[in-house]
Formats: sequence, C-alpha cells, structure tokens
Amino acid sequence: MLEHDVLIIGAGLAGMRAAIAAKANGANTAIISKVHPVRSHSNAAQGGINAALTDRGDNWEDHAYDTIKGSDFLGDQDAIEVMCRAAGRSLIDMEHMGVTFNRDEEGHLGTRAFGGQRRARTFFVGDFTGQALLHVMFEQLIKSGIQSYEEWFVTSLVQEEGRVCGVVALEIRTGQLHAIRAKTVIFCTGGLGRVFEPSTNALIVTGDGMALAYHAGARLMDMEMVQYHPTTLAGSGVLISEAARGEGAYLLDKNGERFMKKYAPNMMELASRDVVSRSEQTEINAGNGVNGCVYLDCRHLGEKLIKEKLSQIREIGIDLAGADMVKEPIPIRPGMHYMMGGIKTDVNGLTNLPGVYAAGECACVSVHGGNRLGANSLLDTIVFGERSGSHAAAAAGELKFVDFSAAAAVQREEQRIQAMLNRPQNGDRVASVRLGMGESMNRNLAVFRQKTGMEETVQELQELKARFAKVPVENKGKVFNTDLVFALELGFMLDCAETIAVSALERKDSRGAQFRTDYPKRDDENWLKHIAVTKGEVGPEISHLPVTITKWTPEERKY
Amino acid sequence: MDLTVRVKRFNPEAEPRQPYWQDFPISIDENATVLDTLIHIREMVDGTLSLRCSCRSAICGSCAMRINGHAGLACKTKASDAMDKDGMIKVEPAGNMPVVKDLVVNLDLFWRKIVQVEPFLKPQGPEPEAEYVVPNEAMMHLSGVTACIMCGACVSDCTVLEVDPNFLGPAALAKAYRFTADPRDGDGEGVSRERLRKLSDYGGMWDCTRCGECVQACPKGVAPMDRIMALREQAIKAGFDNNNGARHTEAFTESVGHSGSLNELQLPVKTVGITNIPALLGFLPVGLRALTHGKLPPLVHKNIANVEFVRKLHHKLEEHQPEK
Repeated sequence: MLEHDVLIIGAGLAGMRAAIAAKANGANTAIISKVHPVRSHSNAAQGGINAALTDRGDNWEDHAYDTIKGSDFLGDQDAIEVMCRAAGRSLIDMEHMGVTFNRDEEGHLGTRAFGGQRRARTFFVGDFTGQALLHVMFEQLIKSGIQSYEEWFVTSLVQEEGRVCGVVALEIRTGQLHAIRAKTVIFCTGGLGRVFEPSTNALIVTGDGMALAYHAGARLMDMEMVQYHPTTLAGSGVLISEAARGEGAYLLDKNGERFMKKYAPNMMELASRDVVSRSEQTEINAGNGVNGCVYLDCRHLGEKLIKEKLSQIREIGIDLAGADMVKEPIPIRPGMHYMMGGIKTDVNGLTNLPGVYAAGECACVSVHGGNRLGANSLLDTIVFGERSGSHAAAAAGELKFVDFSAAAAVQREEQRIQAMLNRPQNGDRVASVRLGMGESMNRNLAVFRQKTGMEETVQELQELKARFAKVPVENKGKVFNTDLVFALELGFMLDCAETIAVSALERKDSRGAQFRTDYPKRDDENWLKHIAVTKGEVGPEISHLPVTITKWTPEERKY
Repeated sequence: MDLTVRVKRFNPEAEPRQPYWQDFPISIDENATVLDTLIHIREMVDGTLSLRCSCRSAICGSCAMRINGHAGLACKTKASDAMDKDGMIKVEPAGNMPVVKDLVVNLDLFWRKIVQVEPFLKPQGPEPEAEYVVPNEAMMHLSGVTACIMCGACVSDCTVLEVDPNFLGPAALAKAYRFTADPRDGDGEGVSRERLRKLSDYGGMWDCTRCGECVQACPKGVAPMDRIMALREQAIKAGFDNNNGARHTEAFTESVGHSGSLNELQLPVKTVGITNIPALLGFLPVGLRALTHGKLPPLVHKNIANVEFVRKLHHKLEEHQPEK
C-alpha cells in the first residue's frame, strides 16, 4: 500500500508550503490534489500579500490591530499575533524563492494600499500575486522532489483505532481507487465558494476538505462568516481585485456620487470588505444602482498605471463585460468570495482530531474572525501552511502507521460509487441540485440575512439532500469521469451549506460579514464568541467557543 | 443566441474508440464564452463530455484547447467571436499531446519538459538578509514571462513539436528564460551559464524554427518565441556559440551585415563548420539536386546596391544589444 508520514490533501499555496516544510523536517511526505498544483485556486488571489516590514518603519502590532479590527474582534488574537509576527520573514522567504515582486525606485519591495489598513503594507506582483506565488511554490515543490499525486480526488477518510489513518482516492484519469496510509493528514483543500451561486471562486472550490473533516468528527468554526467581495463583475461574477481601489479607484452610484462618504468617511473605498459590500448593497437596494450593480471607476488612474499594475483585471473587464476600465467605469456588485470559517485548528494547524491538521482557507485558526482583510489570505496560507507542515512532520515522528486493509477500504468506496452510478434516470441533474443550493444560499445567506430567509434555506437544503440521494450520474465510464467527480463534490457542498446556514441562524447579532436585519447590532455581551459545529447523530450540533483576546479590547468599529 | 458547438469526442472505453465529431445545438447568453457553452453542454445536455476547467478567468490554465483549429483558452474566447456565419464553433483537444478523453489531453510530457529545465531559482552566493535589491524594470520584464499559466496552448500549436517530440518546446524554454533573465539567478557574474549551456543542446533553444505559432496561441501575451530568441542572444553572449544554431545565426548576420543579402552557399558551410567534413559531404546530394534543377545560388556573392545603408543599420543593431 502507498504510505506516507505526512499526507497533504490539496496542492494550493498552503498545501505546497506545508509539504515543503514537512519534507524539510525529515518526513516522508506526499501531496494529493484533484487538479494539477498550478491549477489550484490560490492563482486567483490578485492584489497582494500583507506583511509589516520593520525596515519600512512598520510593525507587526499595527498589522495585528488592523486585522483584529477587520475581523470585528472575532479573530483569535493569539493566532493573529503569530501570523503578523511571521509575515515579514515569510514574505522575504518567498522573494528569495524567486517571486518577482514589484519594486520601488530604489529596487526594494514596493507596496500598495489595501482595505482596512492604516498604511500600505501589501506587497504584490502586478495584479496576479497569487499566481506568481503559486507557480514559485510549485517550482520549490519540484526542487524538493516531493511525491505528488495529481488529479487524484480524495473521496473518503479511513478511520480506525480512533484515528484518521489514511484516505481513499479516485485517480481521475483511470477511474481506479487507491488507499493511502498516513500517520498525519493535513487538509489544505481551500474554500467552498461553489456552495453559493454566483461566486468568484473557481469551479473546483467545493469544500471537500471541510466536509471530509466534518464527517470524521472535526469541529468547524465561524462557518456563518462568508465574505462577499465588494467588486465582482456584473454578469459572470468574476473577481475584480481590491488592488483597483488600493491604487485609488472610486465606487460610484448611478449619479456618479462616491457613496462611500456616507458609510466610511475616513477610509472611503478602502474600508474593510464587509463594510464596503454592505454599503454597495444598501445603495443598490435603495435604487441607486444600475441593473443590480454600482460602478468601479478607474479612469483617473491613467492608462499607464492601469496597464502596469492592473492589466489582468482590465483584460477581464474587456473579455467578460465588454468594458475597458481605461475608458469607462465598469459595473460591479458584491459577490461571494471567501470563507472565513473552516476546520478549527490551533496555531500549529492541529484540529480536535489526533494527527489531523488543516491550513489555508479550509482552516479556521481563527485569524480572520468575522471579516478577512484583503491580502491576508495569501499570508495565512504561507504562515500556517508552513507551521502545520512542520508540526505534522514532528507529530508523525512519534506515531506509528495504523494497519488497515487497503482492499476493504477501496471496496467500500467502490460499492458506494457503483451505487451512485447505478441510480436510474429520474430526470434530475447534479447541476440542477447544485444550482438550487447555490441560489438559495445567495438569496438568504448573503450580505443581509434574517431568520425566516435562513430557515427557508435550511428547509430547502433538506429537500436538496433528498434529491441528491437519488440524482443520477450520466457518465458510467472510468476514464476522466468528471460527471462522477461533480456528484461527489455536490455531496460535500451540501454538508458545508448546512453548517453555514445553522451557524448563521445561531448567531443572533451582526458582526463582520454577518449582518442580520433582525439583529442589526453587534452584541458583545452575548455573542463575542465563536460558533462551532460538529456532526451529530441526526445533524449538525452547535457549540460556543470563547474568543481569545490578548491585548486589544473590543471597541466600536469605524472606518 | 443560438449556435452549434461541434466537439471532437473520444472515449477510449466505448465504440468507436476513435475520435469523431458531435454537434450540440444550444441557446446561450450573448456574453457567453466558449467555456460557458461547453459547461452548459456538460451540465444540461450530455454529462459524458469531459474537459478540464476551473477558474473561468484565464488564470488557472486548465481549459486550453483548439477552437476553430487554433489553440486558446475556452474561458477567454467569446462564443460570439468564435462562431462562423452559420453559428458554428469547432472545438477539439489541444494538439501535440495524447488525448485521454474528449477535450482532456495527457500533459505528462509537458510537465517533464518543465522539470527538465530545472525550473527554480539558483541564486549565486549567499542570500541577503532582506530582499534582493533589483531594478523594478527587471522584475516587470520577468513578470511578462511569469504571467505564463502553463496552459499548454503554445505547445499545442508548436510546429516543431509536431515533427520532433524531443524539442523542449515554447513553454519550457520560456520558463527557462524566466531564470536566465533573472538578475538573482546565476552561476558567475550574474550569468546563468550552466543553464545556457544545457539549453544550447539538441532539443533546446536552437531547434525553434521561428514560425510564430506560439506567440499567436499564448493567451497571456508571454510571446514564447521572443523569449527563445532572447535565450539565443544570452547564450551567444555567454560564449556558447560552438553549435550549428549559433553558427547559423552568426553566419547569417555576418553575411547580411556585410553584403546586404544572404550568401546561400556559405551559410550551410559556416553553420556546420568548415572542418566538419562528414556534414559537408552530407550537403552534396542537395547541392547536386539544386544544380540539376537550376537552383544553385550564384557562385560569386555580390553586394546589393546601397549596401552602406544596410551596414549602418547592422552596426546600429549591434550597438543595442539588450542587457540582462
């Protein structure tokens, strides 16, 4: 049987960083991903990566405070301290690995301003920072010679003797199932964007890791905290980077007014994302938008700057909306973008399950709390990817493999999958069920939420789960059966959707990304705490966890 | 709008076990991309259609395929631009790679070639405590190459790979240039000598025929062929000129720079080297055929009229060699 000390599921930035760290710490390491590593969604991070460099007169405590304030004081301050302290070193490490960061006139790393931060500490490569980092990390993965199972889709975990001791994975190209034994497993599977329709997220972002961990008994936390990005393109809903506003772009209503002056007179367009998205939605709902959108105006930035620093999003505007931002404002709206919540871990990436770690968007340390600051997500992947890789390698040194029957594990999965393939045609489609889920989530768990809407979604999810249990898979073949993969992903997404809805219903205040019109105020007395959810006998079970506060006392948030 | 997507299908598990075309008439939004049409087909018409796709915004590199005969990203191509006057779009898998199923190709060899160029920074000397201090222009220039998303569109349409699978190909060579042009990379006086030496071998930079297909196909403006030409300049400058490619280039340049036109008799001789008797003998059959067909170039090569003008141009170009 294939076996590894450390098995990392997901080969985006967090996953590859974890793998490199685990290997460097002497572990027999492998990484497994349902796509080739450079196809991972870390690619899509456009604007940059935050770090407070002391040689610029910045300091990690200012970065930490901005992050905590951005989180609406729900982020765990011990974890935020760890991330912000490590940021400078992590950034320089990435530069040394070969990232082609933009420079200032003297040839030092250049910065741009980003939302919710009092100074410019976002380092960047044009407007494709995530891609630049991801490809460099892939180069390092090649250099380190780590075993990589590409286009292998983990369909279930193997649990024996009270431990997660391996996985079963579908080799997509051949249709063959494999069991892999592992002493420790690190989930780096990214977010769950496709649970919502529309979303800025890639089609592969289906919450697989969160759902697998949840089924194995892991605790999910902050699942109600879903970030709607302020600038997603009309129509397709593709992301337009915050870098545009970082470079000075305006948000305008239908009359050409910069409406943000009403909501964030100091920070204006660069208030935190939850605040900007809420302001936009308020304007749109009040009839001050055009076709459900407001405008992002970059014209005054000039053609040279746009071509040099915002070339990719300009191209996206031209390709997908027929609008050239050099010449005209482009129509944008808030759109589902990022999951602050995820698999609850400590600052070393360890979950409540022995030997199981998580890092990146699928994890919840929690450094983002109620709202993530732009350019903190890349940082999160690098810092906690590395920490979880190192710690998992150390833990694996103390652990023995659990002996389990590969044949039996594979056979169980084979039977489950065969049963799916054997379902008779009933006129239903995987895509229809997914769309039903996505539209329901986007209707009732978006920028503004309230009880009856969310209850409606909980109810609809039950119906969709019933449909899912019978939905036919049209393609019965073995070779590159994406139809089957989508069906398996949909199962994961429905579980994730449910945890989001029940967590949001549980939280009876408005904080960060969650704004409840029936509880419009932040209520620190009762709700300055995390909502956690685990899988019970009949459904999700809710519990509350304290927020760690070190030295920044919660205060009213104003931008 | 109404259109027909004609897809080249292939399923190794089912009859006919060879590629065939299938038409899908569909109705879709005016702004739809070619990828949107394929996703629509896969989700609503025929779930057995296989293709790779993910980001929908030209950054993940999954959906490179041939659209109307030329490689590109399905997500970056508007359906309304791609359809012909009868509303037809022809879609087939990327070229120069074995087909796994339908629009999915096997990229194993593609990745092996990337690995072959040792695609990671090899800094000379110890790393600085803080970041490397380098000009922004150098990083901006590199970012034009690191914009490559490894989609394989250039490899799909490379005319050399069609006949010589040994060629490293445009993607791997552009990747290599990303390091040789990086002021942080190198193994002596800022030059990546060992890289340039290896890349001068058979299958490397000199095997490109400059057809320009990769420049056309690249959805990210990387212009792989231009990077290969830049590699050649770097290699010659670093002294790796003892090979047919470098000699060919130098003989070509010298002849045009001196006489204003190409000395076709001298070029092959100088390319393989005047002392390389076996290779020179190899030219005899071609020479004889040229002679009998009346196509032998004039034995005495003459300067063109106004040759001074060409010499001036040549001199100016020599003065403006790009620096690393």
